[in-house]
Amino acid sequence: MQVNEYKPLIVAFCCNWCSYAGADLAGNNRLNYPAEVKIIRVPCSCRVNPMFILRAFQRGADGVILCGCHPGDCHYTSGNYFTRRRMALLFSMLDFLGIERERTRVEWVSAAEGAKFAATMNDFVEKVVALGENKRLEDLRCKK
Amino acid sequence: MQEIKREVLVAKASELLGNGTVDRVIGWKNGEFDYDVTPAVFTSAEELEKEFVWNDFCGANFSKYLIKETGKSEGKVMVFLKPCDTYSFNQLLTEHRFDREKVYVVGVPCNGMLDDSKVRACSEGIASVSEENGKVAVETLYDGKLTFERNDMLAERCINCKSKKHTAYDELLGEDGEVLDSARFDEVEKLEKMTPDERFAFWQNELSRCIRCNACRNICPACSCEKCVFDNPDSGVENKAVADSFEEKMFHIIRAFHVAGRCTDCGECSRVCPQNIPLHLLNRKFIKDINEFYGEYQAGAEAGSRAPIVDYTTEDIEPSEAVERGGDNA
Amino acid sequence: MRKISLDKLNLLFSEIASKNSLYMPVDTEAGAKFEKYNGTQTLSDAVNTVRSAKDFFFPQTENLVDFKVEGKNIEIIEPVNEYEDFVVFGVRACDVKSFEILDRVFLAEPVDTFYKNRREHGIIISMACNKPSETCFCGTFGIDASSPAGDIVCYKTDDALYLEAKTEKGSALLDSLNGVTEDSDSEAARAQQEVIKERLAKLPLSGLSAEAFGADKTKEFFDAPEWNTLSESCLGCGTCTFVCPTCQCYDIKDFNTGREVKRFRCWDSCMYSDFTKMAHGNPRLSQLERFRQRFMHKLVYYPTNNEGIFGCVGCGRCMAKCPINMNIVKVMKKLGGNK
Repeated sequence: MQVNEYKPLIVAFCCNWCSYAGADLAGNNRLNYPAEVKIIRVPCSCRVNPMFILRAFQRGADGVILCGCHPGDCHYTSGNYFTRRRMALLFSMLDFLGIERERTRVEWVSAAEGAKFAATMNDFVEKVVALGENKRLEDLRCKK
Repeated sequence: MQEIKREVLVAKASELLGNGTVDRVIGWKNGEFDYDVTPAVFTSAEELEKEFVWNDFCGANFSKYLIKETGKSEGKVMVFLKPCDTYSFNQLLTEHRFDREKVYVVGVPCNGMLDDSKVRACSEGIASVSEENGKVAVETLYDGKLTFERNDMLAERCINCKSKKHTAYDELLGEDGEVLDSARFDEVEKLEKMTPDERFAFWQNELSRCIRCNACRNICPACSCEKCVFDNPDSGVENKAVADSFEEKMFHIIRAFHVAGRCTDCGECSRVCPQNIPLHLLNRKFIKDINEFYGEYQAGAEAGSRAPIVDYTTEDIEPSEAVERGGDNA
Repeated sequence: MRKISLDKLNLLFSEIASKNSLYMPVDTEAGAKFEKYNGTQTLSDAVNTVRSAKDFFFPQTENLVDFKVEGKNIEIIEPVNEYEDFVVFGVRACDVKSFEILDRVFLAEPVDTFYKNRREHGIIISMACNKPSETCFCGTFGIDASSPAGDIVCYKTDDALYLEAKTEKGSALLDSLNGVTEDSDSEAARAQQEVIKERLAKLPLSGLSAEAFGADKTKEFFDAPEWNTLSESCLGCGTCTFVCPTCQCYDIKDFNTGREVKRFRCWDSCMYSDFTKMAHGNPRLSQLERFRQRFMHKLVYYPTNNEGIFGCVGCGRCMAKCPINMNIVKVMKKLGGNK
């Protein structure tokens, strides 16, 4: 059978306190999620500045997902509330510029939600694969 | 034509200089032609009499100059502000960018300013520009006199003027106006209704013209950082190279994002763009989204207000829903 | 002299484009712009393009070399620069003169091979300015817009375009176009030149003189108090430098793609805070110093190093595009008038 050769590059920014631990739990429970997901640990989801996301696309990411504690559960009380506003505006702007909306996502994953982490990543990767390579926010200099 | 006369402005500035209320006046200085007005600092009544100009091309927003000017000496600076300029003035006060006590604001009513690039685009060799019976009369070197409807020559921001009301002043010349019900988001809505492919093609075409001159950033009253992230060589971004279409996109997205919630929609970015990129649409998209997601907010309507982007509620919209709201699914 | 009627211009363009890449000014919503001819565009009548023609020889960004590091090996990859002849049509007298100014910088030792290559492969078809703009002041610098330099010079009358070869390169190209052009005397073209001369004399800036400036005048102008008022409203953006046909400063930077390093050069602007930044910082800390640098370079430093030739061609682009309408004419009037 012909296997789809396309392997997307997914960057997942995970907050140290919830989502990163969630990813750990997914691993401990032997739950599968695609190896194309590269996790970058951040102290809090609100550490992620819009430039990080654009920069990830520039360096070849096909999708960028941001995971943090559930609203109300932020280790720093309110960090993820700011994340929520910022990303709502940023994603809406990217959409306004015609960037495919499935390439970016915010998901709240707690330390106890290993299964949700794996499921989220599986779903996200599937959506990005359907879109194919990131062409609209690519930097030709970074292409092989 | 502006309702208020030049003489009134000169008299007011001269009076304040004369009685020692202020020792400098920020105003508009005449140029080589009728349309090339330059912001300038005046220090005497004679200078004002000779070089001060007030006409349909006095579009420059002086608010940002106050940061530099108030830092120069202890004396007070007088500044002429049009209604839309006062929003930027308040926003800069909110951000503590200068000392309110060192500024004396004289509000001037505005009937909308002309866009010199529009006038220049439709007349070859301009000898003079004047107003005749409510129309713009351009005396040209080769084609005699051309007349245009004033509305066709108005700057984009004035066509969709959001307010004739001064939100800050020490003294007002003429009558104050009202906040207007403008159609400034129409163009944004039009884009939102397009398909993502059409939107992408639209912006690709517009942003590909960018020459990275940074005029939009440097004129912007909200861009008042001591050191811009794009000027930091360690940030890994190019501040002047048209290196690849990505860099231009990133610059404009990030710049719009950095001023989101602080942009008063003064329209200076689009006015100064040498390549006529409609940059105000990016800012208006953020303003529109903020209004829809977090409630009506006009930056600079009052000094000291808290921008929605540095605030939150526990019931905020999720990013995924935010994207669904706009665009072709609207 | 050769001639072609205006309604057959597309034949001429197609003929040129069939052998070489052809670039010419076309109108866009954002003003005139040089575009590669694709058979559909029509020639713009605008006096000037928004960006100058220097882009053809000195592009805004250009890759110089790539480095690839693998283990302890560094591989150096030089870009392949095989240029083909190209033709730029409709270059105005001011822009043609600007090439000479750039030549003196880039073709002096050490020769800039990137620039030289492009220069050698570029054929310039210039065009006399029928309707010089109010912002034009090329005459101040001894440029005659009725009789531009270039490989081939064109004069446009109401019904025809007259072409005259000025160089060998130009003759060769013009001969190759004999199929679409016809032979003509030069009467109509000369008459058109006279019309242009009259118009040039009547321009609002025709009386502007650069006499006060020139070589070795640094001391007279450097500490002039007028710089203060002239520069006070300058935003420090790079619009004037980026639309200028003679600004030639560039920066060399490295871009790390993650796999390799790309070394490129890009236009720089003396208006920027990081211009000529060195280990100790920037030598020009205030906008006054940066602003002064730009105009002193055009009016004093460049002439000092180049036998009195000014570094400005009077195209008027900076006048048209400066966000706050400060420009070299205002500087010359203020400083020159007081001296």
